[in-house]
Amino acid sequence: MTAIATRGAHVPVPLALGLAVGAWLAAWFVNLPAASWVAFEVLGLERGSHLGEAVGFFLYDVPKVLLLLTGIVWLVSFLRSFVSPDRVRRVLAGRGTVPGTAAAAGFGVITPFCSCSAVPLFIGFVEAGVPLGTTFAFLVASPMVNEVALVLLWGLFGPGVALAYMAAGLSVAIVAGLVIGRLGMERHVEDYVWSVRATGGIAEIRPTPDERVREAWRSTVEIVRRVWPFVVVGIGVGALIHGFVPTDLVVSLGGRDNPLAVPALVVLGVPLYSNAAGTIPIVEALLGKGLPLGSALAFMMAITALSVPELVILRRVMKPRLIATFVAVVAGGILAVGYGFNLFLS
Amino acid sequence: MHVIEVLGPGCAKCQYLERVVREVVDGAGVAAEIRHVTDYGEIVSRGVMATPGLVIDGQVVLAGRLPTREQVAAWLGVA
Repeated sequence: MTAIATRGAHVPVPLALGLAVGAWLAAWFVNLPAASWVAFEVLGLERGSHLGEAVGFFLYDVPKVLLLLTGIVWLVSFLRSFVSPDRVRRVLAGRGTVPGTAAAAGFGVITPFCSCSAVPLFIGFVEAGVPLGTTFAFLVASPMVNEVALVLLWGLFGPGVALAYMAAGLSVAIVAGLVIGRLGMERHVEDYVWSVRATGGIAEIRPTPDERVREAWRSTVEIVRRVWPFVVVGIGVGALIHGFVPTDLVVSLGGRDNPLAVPALVVLGVPLYSNAAGTIPIVEALLGKGLPLGSALAFMMAITALSVPELVILRRVMKPRLIATFVAVVAGGILAVGYGFNLFLS
Repeated sequence: MHVIEVLGPGCAKCQYLERVVREVVDGAGVAAEIRHVTDYGEIVSRGVMATPGLVIDGQVVLAGRLPTREQVAAWLGVA
C-alpha cells in the first residue's frame, strides 16, 4: 500500500495492491511470535509477572490494532466509493416510515460520514423529501455503527461482541428515528434548510477503479494518521489495566451491582469523542477484568454517537429544541442497551 | 478565465483541495478566479452533498473525494 502513496502513478495499481496485501498478511502472522520474543527474550521479562504481562500485551496489541485498522479502513473506504449520497437519499425518499427508517440506519453503517459532511447530507436529505425521522436514523447510525468501531470490536473481542454492538446500534438508530419522526419536529429545523433547492440536481461522478483504490488509500492514511496516537495511548492504558488493576475493583465499580455504572460510563463517553479507536483497547482490558458487556457497549456508543463538536455543527441546521431531543432520545437508547445487555447476559 | 469554486465548510480536506487547486493554477499560469464556498445552503444548492466539492465554470466535477493534481489540470485543460 505504501507503494501507491510514494510512487503514485508509476506502479500499476493491481500490482501495488497485491504487494500491500502480501505485506499485510506477513505482518499479521509474524506479530504474535515477534511480540513475545521481544517481551520475554530480548527484554527478559518474566511470563506471568505484572510487568511482563503488561509489556507483552502492549507489544502485541499495538501492531495488531494498527494492522486491523489499516486493512479494514481501506476495504470499507473502497466499498464505500460504490455508494453515493444521492443514491441513498433517492432510495430513502420513497419509503414508508418503518422500512425507510430501517434502511436509513442500514445505510448509515456503510456510507461516508464525517462531521464535516453531516450538514450538507442533512440538507440534501431534507431537500429530496426524506422524512425527518428517517434522516435522524441515518445521522445516529452513521457515526455510531462505523467501520473502525466494528472492526476493532471484531478483532479484539470476536464476532459476537461486534454483531451485538451492530444490532444494538441499529436498534437505537431505528427507535430514535421513529420517535423523532413521531414527535413532528419539522418546525425545529432551521428555516433556511426548507428553502434550499439543488438547481442542477445532485452531481454524480463515477470514479474509475484506479481512482477508487487510490482514494481509499488516501482516506486510510488520513484516518490512521489521525487515530494512531489514541490507539497507542489506549493500548498503553489497557496494558496497565491488564497487568495491574485488580479484577475485584472493576467488578465492584462497573459491575451489575452498581446501578449507576451505565449512566456514569455514558457521561464519561461523551467527551471521548472520536477516540473510539483509543478507547476500545481500554474497554477490552476492562472486559477481561469483569466489566459487564452492557456497560462496555453503552460506553462505546456514547463515545461514537454523542459528541459536542458534532452537536455544534448540527446546530447550523437544527434549533436547540431538536438538538436536545436528539441527545435525549439517543442517550435513552444507549442506556436501554446498557441495562438490557447487563440484565439478560448474566 | 475560469471560475473555480471549492465547496466545503472549512474542514481539513477542503483546505487541502483549495491548496492543490491553487498550486495547479499557479503552476500552469491559468487565468482563474478561485472562490471558497462555505455556506451550507449554497453548497447543497450546487448539487454537492459530500464535501469537499469542486465546481469549475459552473460544472460540478468532484464531490466527496480529493482529486490528483493531474485531474485538476485536465479539468482546467492544461494537462
